[in-house]
Amino acid sequence: MTAATAQPALPPIRARRVLPGFTLSLGTTLLYLTLIVLIPVIALILKGVEMGPERFWRIVSSPRAVAAFQITLTAAAIATLFNAIYGLLMAWVLVRYDFWGKRLLDALMDVPFALPTAVAGLSLTALFSANGWFGAVLHPLGVPVVYTLLGIAVAMAFTSVPFVVRTVQPVLEDMDPALEQAAVTLGARPWTVFTRVVFPAILPAWLAGCTTAFARSLGEFGAIVFIAGNLPFRTEIAALLAFIRLEEFDYNGAAAIALVLLGFALVLLLVSNLLQFWASRHREAVR
Amino acid sequence: MSITIAGMTKHFGQTEVLRGIDLGIEKGELVSLLGPSGSGKTTLLKIIAGLEWPDSGRLAVDGRDWLGLAAQDRRIGFVFQHYALFPHMTVRDNIAFGLTVRPRAERPGNAIIAARVDELLRFLQIAHLAGRFPAQLSGGQRQRVALGRALAIEPKVLLLDEPFGALDAAIRRDLRRWLRGVHDETGSTTIFVTHDQEEAFELADRVVVMGEGRIEQIGHADVIHDHPATPFVARFMGATVELPVTLQAGRAEGAGLDLAALPRRALPDGPARLFARPGDILPIPDVSGPWTVVTRASTGAELRLVLTHPAVGEAAADVPRRTPGSAGLVPGTPVRLLLEAGTIFPAARVTPIAANPTHDLDRKEARP
Repeated sequence: MTAATAQPALPPIRARRVLPGFTLSLGTTLLYLTLIVLIPVIALILKGVEMGPERFWRIVSSPRAVAAFQITLTAAAIATLFNAIYGLLMAWVLVRYDFWGKRLLDALMDVPFALPTAVAGLSLTALFSANGWFGAVLHPLGVPVVYTLLGIAVAMAFTSVPFVVRTVQPVLEDMDPALEQAAVTLGARPWTVFTRVVFPAILPAWLAGCTTAFARSLGEFGAIVFIAGNLPFRTEIAALLAFIRLEEFDYNGAAAIALVLLGFALVLLLVSNLLQFWASRHREAVR
Repeated sequence: MSITIAGMTKHFGQTEVLRGIDLGIEKGELVSLLGPSGSGKTTLLKIIAGLEWPDSGRLAVDGRDWLGLAAQDRRIGFVFQHYALFPHMTVRDNIAFGLTVRPRAERPGNAIIAARVDELLRFLQIAHLAGRFPAQLSGGQRQRVALGRALAIEPKVLLLDEPFGALDAAIRRDLRRWLRGVHDETGSTTIFVTHDQEEAFELADRVVVMGEGRIEQIGHADVIHDHPATPFVARFMGATVELPVTLQAGRAEGAGLDLAALPRRALPDGPARLFARPGDILPIPDVSGPWTVVTRASTGAELRLVLTHPAVGEAAADVPRRTPGSAGLVPGTPVRLLLEAGTIFPAARVTPIAANPTHDLDRKEARP
């Protein structure tokens, strides 16, 4: 002690970060996020606040708007239900089996991401119209797709299926094969192994994929406007109605509808996170 | 359950993993499959479990053909190196799994399952962990749960794949004794795979040493240690010093070697190779000795010496540091070597070292 006090005071030690560039990279990211994401969202909310609750309510509860919301939600639900099953199957096939052309199939899965949605809308319309390849079969059966709710769901399903596949795929790939082997040695049949061991493991990722696919479907525009026919009260989606209001220079009308869509998206995000938290509670319990 | 394996072969692509395995295991026996990685021991275990299938050969348990039986129907308990516990289930549900997945007609009632799980939890001394998830357990606890899950279905055969490979030394020793106790109490036939000699010898009734898809030797610890059947076993058991000798009337002679302590061998005269452990070699300072001390390092208890011979090459020797005269063993000292133990094989039987199997002996952790 005495020896230590007798020594001259050393300069204080300053801990330095090992990885350089923290301030710069974080600053850039925050700035970008604020400009591109935060400010537009805030501007939209302010616009809504500005018009007052009464006016807002009148716009969003107008029969045409309510019909548009109903159509959007129903079609998105159908599309998501389809993608939930098909996307899971697709991820399963891509991870579990080796076959000729697997790489190609895997690459094809990204086409909906890469393809301009207008192109997708055009080709879907051509295929499903009464004289298109699919339409020629479906139409005589009394299942019209173009200019119907089903058509909207088809377009939504096309653009959002990769969300399910690409979230489930890596989790399935990382699964320890010993888990399934253990279940088999304990006497479990294949279906039991899937329902009791495999499915619980991929459940959080699957739920996350489905909710993102649903959110994406709610906001889809380009692919839908071609196939939907856009009849008010019949096949007019919310995003299109907002667009129409904007074209009519009815900024408040557009903003109100957009705000409701934003609300749906935020609620969905919240639900998705809660579901994932619930499904992976055994992992959270560690720390 | 007695297990009979005959003429079993298996290959993965170009690699022959099993090259003709014949092995019989008695009811209630605890057998260890010991060998370096790539020796085929895990593949053999997985074939017995029904997780792999051989190319040819026979597997019979109590006289019944098991190769026609799916893994689900074999009623075996398999314990994986990395436990493979179901992460989303509690300890209780993990242990109950094998009972709850039975077809409805054979499934015991919930109360019976609960009672069976409780009994196992107490027996394995993990009752306090029943409500936890695997992620909340230590490695040793997880391995106990994994064994509990395997025992719950009252397996006819218990198979363990490197069961303690991922645990640290103190827990390994602890669990080893505990597993022996479990085996003795349940009376099951148990086979476990390991690359750790100490583990194999301490735990097993019989040790099966495997190398490159073949069984090299079957026996008890002392026999395998003192009388390795093949050069492979000798090397694997730590006899890493190989010296050329000449056999004459059962006596071996070599350059600068004192081999009087070795027993007489009934081998034909001619060139042979002597396999010895560094600890069985004692260098004795001798001005006319053809060997020279090259380096000397101390581990505290032992001196690690490297010696060289102009014609033979290098040899290692470990000498207790307090051995009288060891102070004189400094680099440059001429010595002759006194062999206290060693095994001699005719030169024709010795193949060059393909891959040094002793790597695995020092490796405590199998995988990170």
